[in-house]
Amino acid sequence: MATTHTRSAARLMMAPSVILLFAWMIVPLGMTIYFSLLRYNLLMPGTEEFTGLLNYEFFLTDPAFFDALKNTLLLVGGVLAISVIGGILMALLLDQPMFGQGIVRILVIAPFFIMPTVAALVWKNMFMNPVNGLFAWLFRLLGAEPLDWLAVAPLTSVVIIVAWQWLPFATLILLTALQSLDEEQKEAAEMDGAGPISKFIYITLPHMARAITVVVLIETIFLLSVFAEILVTTNGGPGTQSTNITYLVYTQALLQFDVGGASAGGIVAVVLANIVAIFLIRMIGKNLEA
Amino acid sequence: MGSITLRSVSKVFGEAKVIPSIDLQINEGEFVVFVGPSGCGKSTLLRLIAGLEDVSGGEIVIDGQNATELPPAKRGLAMVFQSYALYPHMSVRSNIAFPLKMAGMDKGEIDRKVSDAARVLNLTDYLERKPRQLSGGQRQRVAIGRAIVRQPKAFLFDEPLSNLDAALRVNMRLEISELHQQLKTTMIYVTHDQVEAMTMADKIVVLNRGNIEQVGSPLELYRKPANLFVAGFIGSPRMNLIEGKFAEANGAKTVGIRPEHIGLSRDSGLWEGTVTIAEHLGSDTFMHIEVPDVGTVTARAGGEFGVRHGDRVYLTPDETKLHRFNDRGLAL
Ligand SMILES: Nc1ncnc2c1ncn2[C@@H]1O[C@H](COP(=O)(O)OP(=O)(O)OP(=O)(O)O)[C@@H](O)[C@H]1O
Ligand SMILES: [Mg+2]
Repeated sequence: MATTHTRSAARLMMAPSVILLFAWMIVPLGMTIYFSLLRYNLLMPGTEEFTGLLNYEFFLTDPAFFDALKNTLLLVGGVLAISVIGGILMALLLDQPMFGQGIVRILVIAPFFIMPTVAALVWKNMFMNPVNGLFAWLFRLLGAEPLDWLAVAPLTSVVIIVAWQWLPFATLILLTALQSLDEEQKEAAEMDGAGPISKFIYITLPHMARAITVVVLIETIFLLSVFAEILVTTNGGPGTQSTNITYLVYTQALLQFDVGGASAGGIVAVVLANIVAIFLIRMIGKNLEA
Repeated sequence: MGSITLRSVSKVFGEAKVIPSIDLQINEGEFVVFVGPSGCGKSTLLRLIAGLEDVSGGEIVIDGQNATELPPAKRGLAMVFQSYALYPHMSVRSNIAFPLKMAGMDKGEIDRKVSDAARVLNLTDYLERKPRQLSGGQRQRVAIGRAIVRQPKAFLFDEPLSNLDAALRVNMRLEISELHQQLKTTMIYVTHDQVEAMTMADKIVVLNRGNIEQVGSPLELYRKPANLFVAGFIGSPRMNLIEGKFAEANGAKTVGIRPEHIGLSRDSGLWEGTVTIAEHLGSDTFMHIEVPDVGTVTARAGGEFGVRHGDRVYLTPDETKLHRFNDRGLAL
């Protein structure tokens, strides 16, 4: 499909959806930018006025912003590390021939189907609760003082919960990659004298590079905007210890009713996401080239 | 270095007894070819020798040492796979260097060996490329390069040329034969192409349903097939196998005569027949001739023997080149 004619026909056919998608994106973005330049507080209706970049100044100099920025990056990085490394290990395990493989695979995928709020509440009340939680019981069993996870290590707790949700996704993608590894290549490596570890480092891992890239990119997109898990567990606290940018924007808009400030925060989040995306594509994007 | 002995080696996959029991002696420096129809267990036998499959019974001795339980890497053999099995993310150089790197050889030594191998195989200009940027023949050479740098006791080839086109196949066939002359290393080569078997082998092992039908040099198999299976399998076009009165007259159940051992004439001969098909190949003409009481006989004539469908010709089999088989299919 490479003649001039088919190409322009293709453009024409694609135009409606491209235009729709573009409008879908540009209208909210435009409105957000517009609001971010206004003094716009829901508690003072009718007093909107143009304030230039004042909202940005407030948002960016807010000490909570730097905490949120740090937390966002830690959250994304932590979950990525756990889900990619854990996913590789799980995939290697599930690739071994074993009894009931099909059922085990479905069970492993299951967490991915659970809504974030539900998953977070289950973790909060059944695992991390300092009195009734499973972890508390385990700690007591071992004679240790139970931990109030959400108070003592709020960000770590959120990372654990979110990682639990994303581990199946990573496992699934990496498992399919693993299964597409040519059997003869493994045998050739074996004949060449590669042990299990060398075989993993030199054959399996490079083969999975593309899948790992996909996992990292997709997860990053979603992890930059983690919200529900924080809302139902720590509410961003204590203090701002588990507040990420998304959650900070939420507190601005819906707890302080400052639409202008929240919009500025939203734009900052968009810029941040783009910076992260550029870095990622620079670092690992070459893996996606055929 | 490089003698391999199989003693009552057998292989069972679940219910299927793929190789009942095989005894085979492969001498140092020999070029041995396993031939046989598809599914007869050639690849399985090769993989047993390589150690990629465990034997179900019997033992494999390499250079006097029992290697039955040794892992593939410890057997000192190198294998060239049908799909080449190159490592796609590594350059040609790293591919060839991989076994040396795994053996923990030092960098300078590796570089020297890789460039030596590349020179032998005409790959010097391609060392920095990735396998997907190479042609089929070049990939094949990289796979061979990866095998030769290790200086193995023996090379194992599993239908290495089957993915190449006809012209390239002839070329690579010569190159592999030349390589064998140079290296003088034992080679075991699996193919179902009997031309490859005849032209390359010092010793051909004809397999059928996991059993060895006959072992011998190409000409031995051609001149003295031990049974009907080998008689029908070796030689192209196939030997004519004739039963009935003519066979009984020669004191056998079945008589075989190769197409090239039948004399043709337009006016006189032992049998008279009608040409059904004449295949003109230029240098040769192969004729399928319907002979009453004998059946369809294939005969070879010079390229200039101008016959067409429906022509009448006379055939005379060369009595000294008859192969006689008893009712169990064994040569008399
Ligand atoms: N892993 C396996 N499990 C079960 N049966 C197998 C397995 N590998 C091979 N077989 C069976 O063993 C027989 C011999 O297979 P093999 O691959 O050795 O044949 P081959 O002679 O190499 O044939 P081809 O010329 O088609 O490559 C076949 O009938 C095949 O179905
Ligand atoms: Mg085979």
